[in-house]
Amino acid sequence: MDSVLVTLIDFASTICFLALISLGLALVFGLMRVINLAHGEFMVLGGYAAILASQAGINVWIAMLVIAPLAVGLFGLVVERFVMRRLYGRMIDTMLATWGLSLLISGLLVTIFGNTTTGLQNPLGPVAVGRYSIGGYSLFLIGATVALLAVVFMLLRFTRIGLVVRGAMQSADVVAGLGYSPQRIYMLTFAAGAALSGLAGGLLAPLTGITPVSGGQFIAKAFITVIAGGPSAIAGTMLASFSLGLVSKIVEVLGTAVAGELALLVIAVVILRVLPQGITGRLFKGTI
Amino acid sequence: MTTSRRSFLQLGAAAALTAPALVPSAWAAQDIKLGSLLDLSGNFDAYGKPMSMGLDLALDQINKSGGIGQRKVVKVGYDTQSDIAQYTKFAQQLVRQDKVDLVVGGILSASREAIRPLLHRANMPYFYTPLYEGGVCDRNAFLTGATPAQQAEILIPAAMKAFNGKKAYVLAADYNYGQYMARWFQKLLQANGGSAIATEFFPLDVSDFNSTIKKIQDQKPDFLISALVGGAHLSFYRQWAAAGLKGKIPIASTTLGVGNEHIVLTPTEGDGILLAYNYSKDLDTPASKAFVSAWKAKYGDDTAITEMAVSQYQTTMLWAAAVRKAGSTQRDAVTAALEGPLSIDAPSGKLSIDPQTHHAVIDVHLMEVRNQRLAVKQSFAQRGPVDTLAVCDLKRNPADNKQYDIKI
Repeated sequence: MDSVLVTLIDFASTICFLALISLGLALVFGLMRVINLAHGEFMVLGGYAAILASQAGINVWIAMLVIAPLAVGLFGLVVERFVMRRLYGRMIDTMLATWGLSLLISGLLVTIFGNTTTGLQNPLGPVAVGRYSIGGYSLFLIGATVALLAVVFMLLRFTRIGLVVRGAMQSADVVAGLGYSPQRIYMLTFAAGAALSGLAGGLLAPLTGITPVSGGQFIAKAFITVIAGGPSAIAGTMLASFSLGLVSKIVEVLGTAVAGELALLVIAVVILRVLPQGITGRLFKGTI
Repeated sequence: MTTSRRSFLQLGAAAALTAPALVPSAWAAQDIKLGSLLDLSGNFDAYGKPMSMGLDLALDQINKSGGIGQRKVVKVGYDTQSDIAQYTKFAQQLVRQDKVDLVVGGILSASREAIRPLLHRANMPYFYTPLYEGGVCDRNAFLTGATPAQQAEILIPAAMKAFNGKKAYVLAADYNYGQYMARWFQKLLQANGGSAIATEFFPLDVSDFNSTIKKIQDQKPDFLISALVGGAHLSFYRQWAAAGLKGKIPIASTTLGVGNEHIVLTPTEGDGILLAYNYSKDLDTPASKAFVSAWKAKYGDDTAITEMAVSQYQTTMLWAAAVRKAGSTQRDAVTAALEGPLSIDAPSGKLSIDPQTHHAVIDVHLMEVRNQRLAVKQSFAQRGPVDTLAVCDLKRNPADNKQYDIKI
């Protein structure tokens, strides 16, 4: 019994890990059709913001949950004003620009902090599940990811801002005709996406650790999840994280970690072969 | 004779181009040239930069004490940018244009195997200093880093004794070094009356170890042995500590610490992990203390001192001792001197070359991570490269020139 429970928690934490690292990227991609290849570095910046804040004596929870998203959100705002707003509608150019940005950020971080950084102290102790002992922080991450998805969903679905943003997503001209500035909506959406990436980085810092180059570790999986998920930011992220995480984890439990990693890529290829627009490009169309 | 403007310009340009090349070589003919190839940028600069610092410190000390037989040693160094193609390019440049007296460098095994055959053909003495998987057999090359057997032979019995157990769970990175190390673990566990109850391999970018942590709790080993490598794998130690298992099942590792990982882990995550290496800056010998204080005097603080930085430093010192003894920088004379008997009192202990394999005979130290430092528990003097000794005999086959796949 406890063995089944621990395995289920393990599955949930893998699925939530994928959702957490993809959400910021998915929001920007779903709403603006911009692939932000500096997403991994945004997460790393969030991790560094949390680490520096906690080293400066700020409570570790505030450092992770408030300072990390705030700092990276502001950074995203600056990037949008100086770089992104000149490139909307030019997907290849935005990819090139954000890739360059990712190299710049990781280079600057290496210059400032060197190649090694002490991680963030894990704030939660272990939890006993029957004969097993698991990390309390993993449980917290599952809860935090579910809460985050719910909050973003409710913002988009039930608030006036959410309505305007969804409107801009379908037709920027109509929204402009109704008196809203699409430019401003894009700016704030990009900043919100950056803040979500920063939050993800802050939350993951105690578990996976952060170095200047660990952005590459996240971007590949986040990218695959977002593309497999398709245009709907929340539903797409959830469905893709669930299917990719579940399959890779089943293969890993039955086989090895190597096979699990392979399975994740294989299932992503299968999804894109059957549903070239991603899962929400055909199924659950029009969801958020 | 009429001089057209064009030919005058050509003449002038030619003179301007050749003149600076002639002048320095005229007065520098006496200098000994050491070629260095290290990744100072890109993926592997975390290893390359400390190694370069170790080399520079060695050259400083050699030149301050009057050089070698009145001759200064100058470095001709290139940044290979973590790119294998740059290694072959710059190695050829060192041989043909710079005409150096030896080449020191290479970090990954792939970079070594890209330039070693080339330097062998050019009769250019080559020194490779990092820890590696063993098996290279080449009389032109000297490989001074610890090989798997040198570490594992000390670590496995010590771990079985310290942790008072026989059943080990082996975790290793999924590439040739990890696979190879894991086989050594299994062999040495059996030889000491223990066993590996499970062996698991992980791709280098895996950072989620939850299911492995569950499997380990199912299997209930007495201790873990890790040859996990790189930043993503560090998550294992974090998640292991987060699950509250660190106090319950201890860990021994042959890889943690080479890239200063013990500084990245917090004391609660790292303390108590058992290691075996050639060097720790906490080593309490006069040579080690002198080395650390010279490093601090040159660079300010000692955080960059790694196993590989020290190996680069002491290998350069050993070469200098050989040139002094031989009275020449000629390849055959220096090789004969290195084949010994010749040893130096290096920071890591007595260092010499094993003439049969051209690998190093070194002291290996058993250590424990303690408050982000590597505290030395016990030292084992003069360990030979037994893995490579089993396949390589340069005395019998001096023309040998390959890397053997060591069967375990």
